[in-house]
This record gives sequence, structure tokens and C-alpha cells, in this order.
Amino acid sequence: MHTWGWRVGEFFHTFFAAPVGGIIEAPLFFLEVVIGGLMAGVMYSLVALGFVLIFKASGVFNFAQGTMVLFAALCFVGFLEMGAALWIAFPLTLAIMVALAFVVERVVLRPLVNQEHIILFMSTIGIAFFLEGFGELLWGGDVHELDIGLPDGALFVGEILIQQNDLVAAAAASIMVAVLAFFFHYTRVGRALRAVADDHQAALSIGIPLQQIWFIVWAVAGAVALVAGIMWGQKLGVQFSLSVIALKALPVLILGGFTSIPGAIVGGLIVGVGEKVAEVFWGQALGGAIEEWFAYILALVFLLFRPQGLFGERIIERV
Amino acid sequence: MFYREAGDFKSTYAEDQALFPIALDRWFVLAAAVMACGVPLVASEYWLSTIFLPVLILSIAAIGLNLLTGYAGQLSLGAGGFMACGAYMAYKFTTAFPELNMVVVFALSGLSAAAVGIVFGIPSLRIKGFYLAVTTLAAQFFLLWLFTKVPWFVNYSISGVPTAPPREMFGVPVTGASASVEARYYLVLALTAILALLAKNLVRGRIGREWMAIRDMDIAAEIIGIRPLKTKLTAFAISSFYCGVAGALWSFCYINIVEPTAFDINRSFAILFMIIIGGLGSILGSFLGAAFITLLPVFLNNAPALFNLQISSTLVSHIEFMVFGALIIFFLIVEPHGLARLWQIAKEKLRLWPFPH
Amino acid sequence: MVGEKNEALLKVENISLAFGGVRALEEVSFDVMRGEVRAIIGPNGAGKSSMLNVINGFYHPQKGSITYKNRRRAQMKPHAAAAAGIARTFQNIALFRGMSALDNIMTGRVHKMKRGFLWQALHIGPARREEMENRAFVEGIIDFLEIQAIRRVPVGRLPYGLQKRVELGRALAAEPDLLLLDEPMAGMNLEEKEDMCRFILDVNEQFGTTIALIEHDMGVVMDISDRVVVLDHGKKLADGTPAEVRGDQAVVDAYLGVARG
Repeated sequence: MHTWGWRVGEFFHTFFAAPVGGIIEAPLFFLEVVIGGLMAGVMYSLVALGFVLIFKASGVFNFAQGTMVLFAALCFVGFLEMGAALWIAFPLTLAIMVALAFVVERVVLRPLVNQEHIILFMSTIGIAFFLEGFGELLWGGDVHELDIGLPDGALFVGEILIQQNDLVAAAAASIMVAVLAFFFHYTRVGRALRAVADDHQAALSIGIPLQQIWFIVWAVAGAVALVAGIMWGQKLGVQFSLSVIALKALPVLILGGFTSIPGAIVGGLIVGVGEKVAEVFWGQALGGAIEEWFAYILALVFLLFRPQGLFGERIIERV
Repeated sequence: MFYREAGDFKSTYAEDQALFPIALDRWFVLAAAVMACGVPLVASEYWLSTIFLPVLILSIAAIGLNLLTGYAGQLSLGAGGFMACGAYMAYKFTTAFPELNMVVVFALSGLSAAAVGIVFGIPSLRIKGFYLAVTTLAAQFFLLWLFTKVPWFVNYSISGVPTAPPREMFGVPVTGASASVEARYYLVLALTAILALLAKNLVRGRIGREWMAIRDMDIAAEIIGIRPLKTKLTAFAISSFYCGVAGALWSFCYINIVEPTAFDINRSFAILFMIIIGGLGSILGSFLGAAFITLLPVFLNNAPALFNLQISSTLVSHIEFMVFGALIIFFLIVEPHGLARLWQIAKEKLRLWPFPH
Repeated sequence: MVGEKNEALLKVENISLAFGGVRALEEVSFDVMRGEVRAIIGPNGAGKSSMLNVINGFYHPQKGSITYKNRRRAQMKPHAAAAAGIARTFQNIALFRGMSALDNIMTGRVHKMKRGFLWQALHIGPARREEMENRAFVEGIIDFLEIQAIRRVPVGRLPYGLQKRVELGRALAAEPDLLLLDEPMAGMNLEEKEDMCRFILDVNEQFGTTIALIEHDMGVVMDISDRVVVLDHGKKLADGTPAEVRGDQAVVDAYLGVARG
């Protein structure tokens, strides 16, 4: 039997001194972990972005966004495996995602308009299951390698090791955010979308067709899902577990706020860095694989202090 | 005309508020109970162990989730986590106290799950809807990780997935591989019946009304004097209790092994689907939903053979996903109150039959 | 018909309430005598509903105090206010749509029902007795409001006027000392208004319940209230009997004059 003092000492050592010591001793390694986390975070941001788009424009919390990522990647890799060239596979998959948006709006959203949010939310769980089954029915449930010829391998910046495809993903994400920002601010459709996000009723009353908006926003989210799917697939292979990983976009949204695009980005980065650092420096002490839940617990604790998220607005309730 | 409430007069409020106020309903429930008791006499062991046992056990879990989501309006995607909690705690209790009556063990494991449920229910004070869905996912992932990674929960078993220890009640083995399927069936049936009755009582009394009030309009509920936190936490606790008992029964009376994969995220979704398809806010619906979701894959696996089709089992599992997804959407659009509401409509039609008006 | 016991049941003093930069209430003071019908009137956005929300603890004012039953405090929690005998109805009906009319009214009695969940789950003995006693009380209210026929109907399916009545029933079920009514007659036709007026006056007379109500229909206000307080832009404009208020030049200018053209 050990004394209490020894136990406290050991506890302090395992959960504080050793990890923190590790960070201080090897700052470069720490920086590498942080950068790795940032890159993983970009991936989460990509998924979360699709959520935010749909939530902003329609108030629908699209649980199926993660599955859309998987579905898009499956279609894309499926076309490639059939021998299609990149420049054919990409627009073809894009067309499928647009068609999907059309079907979802017609078959699911339109009949459920004016239902409670929670019903719409559950219907997107249904969409997620359907898509998952459908995608695997079409393309099979195996792991598909995805290689679209992006630069692979490691790169040294000073003494820090960086994966090249991470950089590409980050670049793709930045380009996409820029394109989205342009789309929202400088196109007529984009302005209509923002109007709907601000006030449904008002938007309707000045003649913005809600159903068309829903279709467009799901199509855009489908395009975002395709880009995210390619990036994820390039990194991890296209497989079933992508949709579970994509679920981590949910805590990302809680951190960032459901309606904020910068929030989705920052939230994704926080979650990515947080779970990598936690896993590398604290994971061993806790038994490993804490990446599985770290993001969720982080979100849960965060909610207790700031329920509206980092960038969300506080809602004043009225009766 | 045969199913009717006319002529069925109530002279006291007690009669009017009875569990089944219409005489024919009472006969129906009685008949169902007699049939449930007689099942082992007619059903094969295959049917008992692969259909009836899981349906009953999952009904308990579905009732639990329905209390929380269907009645109190708090969406949860963590039912599997709380089931796991019950299963592992049952293992701890019965190995630490081998002499303990199994019913007590199940109750204790339910209580442990309830305690955990309260902890994960605390955020519900400040958040609702989708936010809550995310925090319950936290429960799902964290609890499963905990039970997988901390060897204490499985008594440092080498394999990490211990078998359910054999225990007896009234001299009859009821858990573990040596227990007969009949004995396990009757134990599960008895617990299911009791828990369903208690749930029915809860939802027709003050607590049920408080839950529904919070569900339908939380602000108004608060203003008429319902304490939101207390009400929500009660819902979380009782719901988790039911899930915990279900998880313990699953491990001890059905699969005979304490393992985490039985309680993963897909289990949580399956139970959510049960209450959506069966009917949100209906105890009967929880049973219907559990039966439906359990039977559908059995049907899908056997249907191709009926038509002499050769379909691989992986293909069937893909189709299963699609059918589940499509059904969820279908029910949400067409009948959000699920199978239970269809049953009710059938009864209303029957009430007028054979006269159309 | 001013209450025999000539004491204030409720006194709000110098209440100020703001949301961010928007001032909803500024230095508002008035009192409500035991047993009276007190009307709060004013144009849209005058802060009337906010005032009710402050009284029953839903909004917490930045300044001022509330004295209720001789206990003075800065703010209350809604359920504490409910337990202390303040009940209310809402401008936009706030019924529990998925529940029957009976169950809605039964929820009004939550703090009269004390049995814990174990008793409730068993539904025997004290819990059962408690349920029956409260059911009997609620049936009394159902008779009073003449809504026997719709007991079992989910309130979401009821027409507007009946929903308002069920909501009043839910508030009455709490046996309140102070009843706050937020536009009880909004959107009603003449007949429904007359019914509602009758119920309000009956409640006041039969049960001696003190009533504070917000109403836009001036005819109704002048007829049924004992005293009227007028709010405009979050400030108190006038306070007095209907006749006094009607004669007040500031009120005529700011409100009646505009409203009546």
C-alpha cells in the first residue's frame, strides 16, 4: 500500500508533470503535434462548414452531412475505379450531389416544412442511414484507396515535419471558404441565402422562394461534402468509418456556434489541436484512444459556460 | 360495434383515470399477458432466443428512451452508453456479491446508470435539441471508452469480455450459458411487464404531465411552477435506469457476455428508431417499435429465399440501412406518432365499425 | 368592488429593465390591491408584457424592487413566484399542445402535488388519492369554464377561443392569489369577449382572486377594471380609476387619442 502523499504525487506526475514536462523538453515535437492537430482540424472544419451552411439557411440541423461526405467520396472513388478521368469523375459526382439535394428537398424537406426542428433533425438521421446503405450498395463496403495525384510525403519546414497532403487540404479548405464568402456576398443567390438566414418570414414576404433556397443550400453543402470527402479519402482511404469521424463536426459546431462560418473554422481547429495534444501527451496516462471522446467532452464542458458557442448570438427568450 | 366505449360508464374519477379505461382494452391486455406467458409452450427455442428475448429487452430500453425523448422532449443519442453502464455495473455487483438476488443486481445496475444519466443530463438545463444530442453523444463515446479501457470494470479479465456469471433464482439458473432459454424468458418477461406498468403509471401522473409540459413549451412550464432542471434530471435518471436494466439483461440473459460492441452508437440509433417508428410518447409504441426493428432484419434476411433469390448477407445489411432510413423519413412525414397511432386509428375505426359514421 | 382589505398585495417600485441597449421599462412603480381588478394598458411596445414577466420572475430587472405579500425582493425565480401564488396566461397562447385540455389544466396543480416518483410509479395509496383529489378540483374548474365537452381533446386541435379558456383554466387550477392575464381577449369575437369578461369577473368575485390584466380593448378595460395604470415607452404615464385615466390629457395624447383617432 502506498501512502496518500505518494498517490497524490504520482497523480500529479502522470497527469501534469510528465505531460507538461514532455512539452517543455521537446517544443519542436509539441509544435509538430499542434500542426498535425491544425491539419486534422481543417478536416473537421470542412465537414462543419456544410452543417453551418444548411443550418443558417434553413434552421435544419443536418445530421447527414457526415454521411454526405462519405457518400460523395464513395461516388468519386467509384467513378475513378471505373476508369473515369479526374476531370470527369469530379463533375459527375458533383452532379450526383446536386441531384441528391433536389431529391432531399422534394421528398424529405418539403413535406416536413413547418414541423418542429427536432422532427427535421431526426429526418436527417434517416437520410444519413439511407445514404450510407445506398452508397455501400452501389460501391461496396470495402476500403477504397483514393489517390488523385496530390503531392504525398513529408516536408521539413526548418526542423518541423509536415505532411504535404495536409497542406493541400488546408489550401483546399481556404480556397473553398474564399469561394463561399464570395458566393454569399457578391451573388444574388448568396444574398438571398443570407436574407433567409436572417429572417425566414421577411425573406418569404419579399418573394424569395424558400424551397429553391433549400435546394441550393443543400447542393452547396453537397459540393462542400465532396471536397471534404476527397481530402478525407486521400488521407484515410474511403471507408465506412468516415461517417463516424465526421460526427466530430458536431462538437466543432458547439464550440463555434451553429450559424457562424468563422466559428466552424475556429471550432474545427480547436478540436483538432485539442484532441491531438490530449492524445499524445495525456492519452497514455488515461489508457489511450481518448481521441474518441475528447471532442465531445470538450464540447459538453464548453456548453456549460457558453451555450451559444464562441461566435453564436445569445437569444433573448420572449413570452 | 364490438369495440366500444359507449355504455362503459364511469362513476368515479378513479375509474376514468384507470390504466385501461375501456373494458375491451382490459381484455386485450389480459389476453396479451396470457399469450406472453404461453409463448415458451409453442415457440421454438430459436424464436425464443433470437426474437422474443431481444424484443422484450429492447422494449425496456425503448421505453426508457421514450420517457426521455418522447415524453420529456430531450433528444438523446446515448441510450447505448447507458445500457453499457447497466451491463458493466451488473457484472461488478454480481461478482462482488455473488449471493445477491439477480433482481436486486439489475435494480442496482439500473440505479448506477441513473446516476450517470443525471451527470450527463446536467447540460440539458441550458441547452436543448441538437445541442443535447451532441452532449448525449459524449456520454455514448465516453462511457464505452471507459468500460473498454478501464480493466477494473471487467475484474481485470484477460480477454476483456467476460462471460456473464451463472446465477440462480429460486433454484433455477437464470443467467449465463447454463440457464435455459425458458427461465431467461420468464425473468425478462416479468421485469419487462413490471417496468412497463411503472412507466405507464409515471406518464399518466404528475411527473408525466411535467415532462410533457417541458417538452411542449418549456418556458410556460417554468412559469406555471415546474422546475426545469429537476424535471429534466428526473427524466434523465429514470430513462437511464430503464436503459441500464435493459443493458444488464442484454448481457446476462441474452448474449451471455459483457462486451462493449453490443452497446455502440448503432445501438443508440436503433433504439431511437424504435421510438420514432413505434411512436414518440407512447409506451405501447416502444414495444411495437422494438418488435419492428428486431423483426425487419430477420425478414429481410429471409425474404430473398422465399422468392428464390440469391442475395449476399452484406448486400442485405446495406439494404437494411436503406430501409431503416427510408422508414424513419416515412414515419416522420406520414405519422409522427408511429405505429402506436396507427393502432389507435384502427381502434377508432373499429369503434364505428360496421357503420361508417 | 375594491378589495375589502385595503392593503397592497403587490407593489413594484422603480423597476428598470433593459435588454442590451434597449430600455423596456424605466422607473415604473405601481401597486395592486388585494381583491381588485387592475388593468395595465398602453400602446404596443410600451413594456406591458415585460412588466408581467418581471412580476412573475421570468425577467430580472436591473433596478427596483417587488413587494409581494409584504415580502420585498429584487427578483424571483418563476417557480418560486408560482409557488407563492402568482399564475398567469400569455399573450400568444402558451398551452402544452400535445396534451389534452384536462392534462393542461392538471399541470396547473403541480405544486399542490407532492408525492415523489416512487409513489407515482406505483400509483397506489397517497399518490392515487392525491391524483383523485386534484382531478376533482380540476373538474370544478372545467365546469366553471363550461369546457366539459373538450376535456380529452389535445389542445392543439381546439379553436382559438377555447384555447384561451383552457389557458385560463390552467392558471386558475393553481388557486392563485394574484392572476396575471396578458391580453385575455385578443383576437376574440364579441361573444367570446363577453364570455371571457364574465369568467374574469366571476373569478374575482367568487374566489376573491386579485387580477392584473393587459388589454387593448378599451371598452373592456373601462368596464371591468377597478384601477388602470398606463405605460408608454417603458414609463408610467398615468395611474388611477378608469374615469381618471380617461380624463388624463397625457394619456389621451399618447394613447387613446391616437388609438381612437
